[in-house]
Amino acid sequence: MRSGRFWAWAAFIVGAAYFFIPLIATLEFSLRMRRGTYSFDAYQVVLGDPRFQATFGYSVVVAVFTIILGVLVVVPTAYWIRLRMPYLRPLVEFITLLPLVIPAIVIVFGYIRMYGSNSPLPFLASARGTDILLIIGYATLALPYMYRAVDTGLRTIDVRTLTEAAQILGAGWTTIIARVILPNVLIAVLSGAFLTFAIVIGEFTMASLLNRPAFGPYLQNIGANRAYEPAALAIIAFAITWGCMSVIQFLARYAPKSANRPN
Amino acid sequence: MADSFLSIQHVKKTFGDNTVVQDFNLDVGAGEFISFLGPSGCGKTTVLRMVAGFEEPTSGSIGIAGKDVTRLKPNQRNIGMVFQAYALFPNLTVAQNIAFGLKVAGVPRADSDRRVAEMLELIKLPQFGDRYPYQLSGGQQQRVALARAIAPKPKLLLLDEPLSALDAKVRVSLRDEIRAIQKELGITTVFVTHDQEEALSISDRIVVMYGGKAEQVGTPFEIYNRPSTKFVANFVGTLNVLEGTVTDAATGTVKVGAGEVTLKGKLNGSKAGDTLSLALRPEAISLGRQAGRDATLGGEISEVSFLGSVIRVRVGLGKEAVSLDTFNSPASPPPTVGEKAEISFSPEDVLVLH
Ligand SMILES: Nc1ncnc2c1ncn2[C@@H]1O[C@H](COP(=O)(O)OP(=O)(O)OP(=O)(O)O)[C@@H](O)[C@H]1O
Ligand SMILES: [Mg+2]
Repeated sequence: MRSGRFWAWAAFIVGAAYFFIPLIATLEFSLRMRRGTYSFDAYQVVLGDPRFQATFGYSVVVAVFTIILGVLVVVPTAYWIRLRMPYLRPLVEFITLLPLVIPAIVIVFGYIRMYGSNSPLPFLASARGTDILLIIGYATLALPYMYRAVDTGLRTIDVRTLTEAAQILGAGWTTIIARVILPNVLIAVLSGAFLTFAIVIGEFTMASLLNRPAFGPYLQNIGANRAYEPAALAIIAFAITWGCMSVIQFLARYAPKSANRPN
Repeated sequence: MADSFLSIQHVKKTFGDNTVVQDFNLDVGAGEFISFLGPSGCGKTTVLRMVAGFEEPTSGSIGIAGKDVTRLKPNQRNIGMVFQAYALFPNLTVAQNIAFGLKVAGVPRADSDRRVAEMLELIKLPQFGDRYPYQLSGGQQQRVALARAIAPKPKLLLLDEPLSALDAKVRVSLRDEIRAIQKELGITTVFVTHDQEEALSISDRIVVMYGGKAEQVGTPFEIYNRPSTKFVANFVGTLNVLEGTVTDAATGTVKVGAGEVTLKGKLNGSKAGDTLSLALRPEAISLGRQAGRDATLGGEISEVSFLGSVIRVRVGLGKEAVSLDTFNSPASPPPTVGEKAEISFSPEDVLVLH
């Protein structure tokens, strides 16, 4: 018993050290820009850099549209599969897992070949078109997380009975999805949304190869050319990701308590 | 039927090559309370879902208030429905749940609020408007589900085993409440159950279903006392079945075990030598001779169960045996096993099952 507890603690401490020491080292380094004393100079430089503001702003906007696209595609799909085509579930789960298996670089080269300026769908002919393609690409990358989050949310309600109850009261599909299904999986959708946000903010490959002014390429650029700023940026990016995770945790506590646990 | 409100004509439903409902016919009058009663899997829910529009009949037609609704979507039928359980919207309060149908129909806010208050009053939960479904007991949830179903003033109310998830006490009180509300509003209602006591106690008429067919349609009194098929006779209530052989068709004499009974006008053209099944309810048989019960058979008491106010006695008649009920009386002790006994019944009460 006692030795069991000792080893548990030992494993925990080693794991925590593995995780925290580089983080602390990076943090410490990021504070040493001014010689001989700790300061937030590196952060001031980074946050004051107009390119930081531009690329970060760009990535936030792209993330928002990615989330909207993801919700519009995933919620009705996951709902319909639960309601009418449960036998398709394994296939759809497999498809949503593909982005984890296929490297982003392969996807993006596929896009470049498919949607070049001479193709029937010339997304890449204009900057706006490329933005749209980037959003579509990001929605694909976030698909595994979004689909799983929404599907888990749907599992907590009796989708079929609630749908039929709404139908017999006169509701059409839009009303059913907007007033019955979405509110009951909102927390799940939000957690999918924050995961999407975290992915989009840090993504490098797609943005870089499609040559869009996103935050990822900017991070990479700074990292290759400066000393202290990359450390500060890493800490900032880390804080954003963790912020997203805490928001998910926080929201989970407010999930609608349901009397409708079908199982 | 000209004045039928809900009319189900020759409805058939197959899933793949599995026929679940066949040639189902029913006419329900306006304001009537009809129960579908039958064993599990006999197609009660399927018929109800076709009336609601969740399933489309393979053939046949369904009409409501003189209008053919066979191909209409559920949200165009103006029907209220209460499901077995778990059907309140968990993200909405009780009041919002009840108001859902009104809101979808575009009822102005003030009217909707008034109607919701009225409904909460009707289901005796006036203080519960702001609660969420998870804060209610099962019985309360089903009452809210009922209020939600009738708030938009539907033409027809469908209930699919709304009480089966509740415990016995709540089930009895809620079924009486449902019936009272139904009578007050005069709403035509179809109620699905596999509990015969439930069906017998609250229905105007009962449809006994078996294997996707309506076996018999009738008032609870008719269903219980004049079952038209063997299945109905066996499914509803306890039944004694005696094998008999016709000895004289003209006088209606039938030999049962060692005795004989005379069943005038009940033989339906059976000839001498035919065997018949004679069915009798326990309460139609008395121990000993009794005025008005002229048919008698002799036997021996084989079992006595004391059930409180009633004593159930089993009497052996040669190869066969019957159960009968006598009232407990503190003055006279119950019969003892092994005693010789005579049973009597009225030939009127015998059901001849061919
Ligand atoms: N969607 C479906 N696909 C295939 N078969 C079905 C479907 N729905 C019902 N059935 C079959 O139809 C038959 C009747 O089902 P139904 O639900 O109507 O019975 P029920 O009388 O309501 O039974 P219970 O009392 O158990 O609710 C069952 O054998 C069932 O397996
Ligand atoms: Mg059923």
